[in-house]
Amino acid sequence: MVDYFAQFMPGWAAALLWFVLYAVILLVFALVNMLFITWVERKVIGRMQDRIGANRAGPFGLFQPVADMVKILTKEDITPTAANRVIYNLGPLVVVPPAILVFAVLPFSASITGVDLNIGLLFIFAVAGTATLGILIAGWGSNNKYSLVGAMRAVAQMVSYEVPQLLSIVGVVMIAGTLSMQGIVAKQAQLGWFVLLQPIAFIVFLIAAMAEVNRTPFDLPEAESEIIAGHHTEYSGLKFGMFYLAEYMSVLFVSALAATVFLGGYQIPFVPVGNVINNFLGPFVLIGKTYLFIFLTIWLRGTLPRVRVDHLMAFAWKALVPICLMNIFLVALIAPFISVTAANSPALAAPVAIVSMLVANAIMFVIIYLVIQSIVRRDRARVAEGTVPAR
Amino acid sequence: MLAQWGFIGVFLLIALAFPVIGLATAWLLRPKKPGPIKKSTYECGLETVGETWIQFKVQYYIYALIFVIFDIEIAFLLPWAVSHTALVASGTGLNYLPLVEVVIFVAILLAGLVWAWRKGALEWV
Repeated sequence: MVDYFAQFMPGWAAALLWFVLYAVILLVFALVNMLFITWVERKVIGRMQDRIGANRAGPFGLFQPVADMVKILTKEDITPTAANRVIYNLGPLVVVPPAILVFAVLPFSASITGVDLNIGLLFIFAVAGTATLGILIAGWGSNNKYSLVGAMRAVAQMVSYEVPQLLSIVGVVMIAGTLSMQGIVAKQAQLGWFVLLQPIAFIVFLIAAMAEVNRTPFDLPEAESEIIAGHHTEYSGLKFGMFYLAEYMSVLFVSALAATVFLGGYQIPFVPVGNVINNFLGPFVLIGKTYLFIFLTIWLRGTLPRVRVDHLMAFAWKALVPICLMNIFLVALIAPFISVTAANSPALAAPVAIVSMLVANAIMFVIIYLVIQSIVRRDRARVAEGTVPAR
Repeated sequence: MLAQWGFIGVFLLIALAFPVIGLATAWLLRPKKPGPIKKSTYECGLETVGETWIQFKVQYYIYALIFVIFDIEIAFLLPWAVSHTALVASGTGLNYLPLVEVVIFVAILLAGLVWAWRKGALEWV
């Protein structure tokens, strides 16, 4: 495309035009999908609760998100007298950009990526981490107890779950030997999808990601039955809309990230990466896999109750972090062996990788199971003795 | 390399402009009828009691401290993770010396986590 534009203008202008064009396409893609997710969520949650869900605007209520968007644009926007105007208005402006910016490094096919940064994964987590700041700004500036409590909870939770989320990725990085998103997908074509190589890290990543984007069962920061709406209690009109948008964009991105890192991204099974079919269908395959994870998050929302705050924090630090560190150690032992096998006999690489990793994960699972069982037994015995209260 | 970060820059500008443009459009479209009751703090219809800056559990700050340590640990672990396989598998056989070094590094931090755990810093009381 850049070459095509370069016929009419100098090289830097062609590159710039292509950048702007691609960025706008990416933004529109993310927005359309985000609107579609809100519709999917209402429909699926409706079905799970034995209702029909949105069905008035358009066929199957498909235009409902558009109607909502128009409505929210024309809603009155109230800034409370007590709020600190500057910080209050800064909140939505800080929350949205990181949710959009992370899409820049997402690979849609072997030839379609915004940029294939060599530190792609690190870039994603660095940018996504700044969303915490926006939430704290919003909660602080609102000058409302519920907002502040919600924001503090959100920060504590997001900060705690960022550690296991990142640690669960370290194993993948070690096997792939790169942080570039295209590199990780290419490695999965060679060795098999990382969900097979890293099943426990995959589950840890899913749990941590769910907590990162504040989805049920980890929606304590906006627990409506306790603290109204958390950090966006005082926001109305489009300023609330911006928080809503950022949240659903994060859900979309985290699902796409899980699909890329663990489910082979844009690859179709048994079709080589460079293949024309794969180049052409890649984006659709990625979107399909992404919606698999989005359905999972909605399913969890429809099924699970909210966790308790002490359980939430204890789970991150006492369960997920040790599990991740154990996983990293095992991968560090096995990954070089896989790499040597791949160098000596490429045909054997995938079976050796999958079998050795599955065995390692099975051993790890047994260890985790036994440790948890012994802890549970000890705690039950203590409760039965009456030395500690039940919890 | 420069072109890559150029794209990130362009995308960042668009991402920053998007909420600004959106809010500006809403500012043009929306009705503006503020009132003293409407602009009061929303706390479930009751009068606000006391100030907002209430005392917080010390746990929030302890978790933040532990997070800083572990986040920096990950910042050190990621470059190691990228080069680990190549380091160990280089040469003729497997040389696990880099792993030993990292295990020592992680063990020191892990000792900190265990200490915090035993001290009860991870309990949410």
